Amino acid sequence: MAMEMRLPVPRKPVSESLGRETKKHLVVPGDTITTDTGFMRGHGTYMGEEKLIASVAGPVERVNKLICVKALKTRYNGEVGDIVVGRITEVQQKRWKVETNSRLDSVLLLSSMNLPGGELAEVQAVFSDGAVSLHTRSLKYGKVPPSLVKRQKTHFHDLPCGASVILGNNGFIWIYPTPEHKEEDAGGFIANLEPVSLADREVISRLRNCIVSLVTQRMLLYDTSILYCYEASLPHQIKDILKPEVMEEIVMETRQRLLEQEG
Amino acid sequence: MASVALSEAEKVYIVHGVQEDLRVDGRGCEDYRCVEVETDVVSNTSGSARVKLGHTDILVGVKAEMGTPKLEKPNEGYLEFFVDCSANATPEFEGRGGDDLGTEIANTLYRIFNNKSSVDLKSLCISPREHCWILYVDVLLLECGGNLFDAISIAVKAALFNTRIPKVRVLEDEEGSKDIELSDDPYDCIRLSVENVPCIVTLCKIGYRHVVDATLQEEACSLASLLVSVTSKGVVTCMRKVGKGSLDPESIFEMMEGSSARLAAPLGHFPAAPYQLVTD
Repeated sequence: MAMEMRLPVPRKPVSESLGRETKKHLVVPGDTITTDTGFMRGHGTYMGEEKLIASVAGPVERVNKLICVKALKTRYNGEVGDIVVGRITEVQQKRWKVETNSRLDSVLLLSSMNLPGGELAEVQAVFSDGAVSLHTRSLKYGKVPPSLVKRQKTHFHDLPCGASVILGNNGFIWIYPTPEHKEEDAGGFIANLEPVSLADREVISRLRNCIVSLVTQRMLLYDTSILYCYEASLPHQIKDILKPEVMEEIVMETRQRLLEQEG
Repeated sequence: MASVALSEAEKVYIVHGVQEDLRVDGRGCEDYRCVEVETDVVSNTSGSARVKLGHTDILVGVKAEMGTPKLEKPNEGYLEFFVDCSANATPEFEGRGGDDLGTEIANTLYRIFNNKSSVDLKSLCISPREHCWILYVDVLLLECGGNLFDAISIAVKAALFNTRIPKVRVLEDEEGSKDIELSDDPYDCIRLSVENVPCIVTLCKIGYRHVVDATLQEEACSLASLLVSVTSKGVVTCMRKVGKGSLDPESIFEMMEGSSARLAAPLGHFPAAPYQLVTD
């Protein structure tokens, strides 16, 4: 039982620790990007007074003649085929409203849901198959900026440490203990409220803290990065991972391993 | 309080976790999150502090002004609390939404300071029945991430520690009219002793056990909580129960003896070490 008080410490800028040579051109809303009118305007910019001005905060990206600003923190923009994790906020007559960290609440029509015993129907264009008829054996769920979730082929990962992670493209992440037996996907929503074992719980909490530390250090989230971070965090106690210095250390190690793996 | 929508399964997970002493972020039932404290953040106040406890962010400013003492206590100054729940903290506080919570917190602060020993009010008196110092303590909720009362009490204690009240001298004329002279030197001031200023410990009852420092999700699973305001010596100045649920008197004793006694000491050592670096 401990309580720790500390003074606020200025955070080290990420690029310093990376040693990146190319500095990105960062802008904030209202900054002039360029006075050259030969460029085409992309997302995040607008023309005003003969200058190209940024409307969001982020790095400027240039593709030949197209200039756009990629916003650092945005709401989720859905695309067909994406996997999302959502929270049902409202139940209406024929549909459910789902909160998915996007500009508007998403809708899920009951006719396209998995009903017990029924066949797996095609879900609405915006949702990916099966994302909402999630087996709730689960139980831990957190939110992360959508820009940090890497687009990949599969988003359902069974990590070797005994827990599974679903990385929704909208930034919601669902962590749950790997079910021991893979039962047939009969579909249907079975709420499993059995208590989760302590060992599984520790894995889930550790994973959650690792993901939180990756997010605060603005690293891209995918199964390998999460796994490396988990392994780097093993020597520390679970609750210590949230301390700033431990967080930096773990993420630094993860970054190095990822670089080694690539190179 | 700001609320968070949780599914049945998530609530069950949290409750089971608490039974096994392993909360969602790996803490035990009696572990606090990391607290970041900073003083002297607002320049035109007599004292100020900012406290970050997880996602909860509180800013407190103290202004010392001269006024007349209260009629029933002519030899003492007094404190006035005002809590502002800004809409920055959560959209629920938009417009007048945050007023209820603000008055509730302010009333709690009045209660915990409503005793002789927390702050030496006699030192705030300049001349009996005529002039005294009134400390206006303004609390601003910047972000609401669970466990508001604890963070606010820590911030108030830090701000009072940081408060500098200018020294005054009362000069008396031949005609008997008094003149108050403020010393010119900005460093010539009196500081308050905050040794006996209590800190609030909130114990949330979740399932059959209680936790300290609950996050928003954990507060959503708890039906009742106990607020205990305790000084570093272990003296309890005020106790309040919040929430719709009921608490068994025996569990109240258990909560108090266990947690508050143990937490009084670490809370009391603050503001010692970190502060000497920050102030002056």
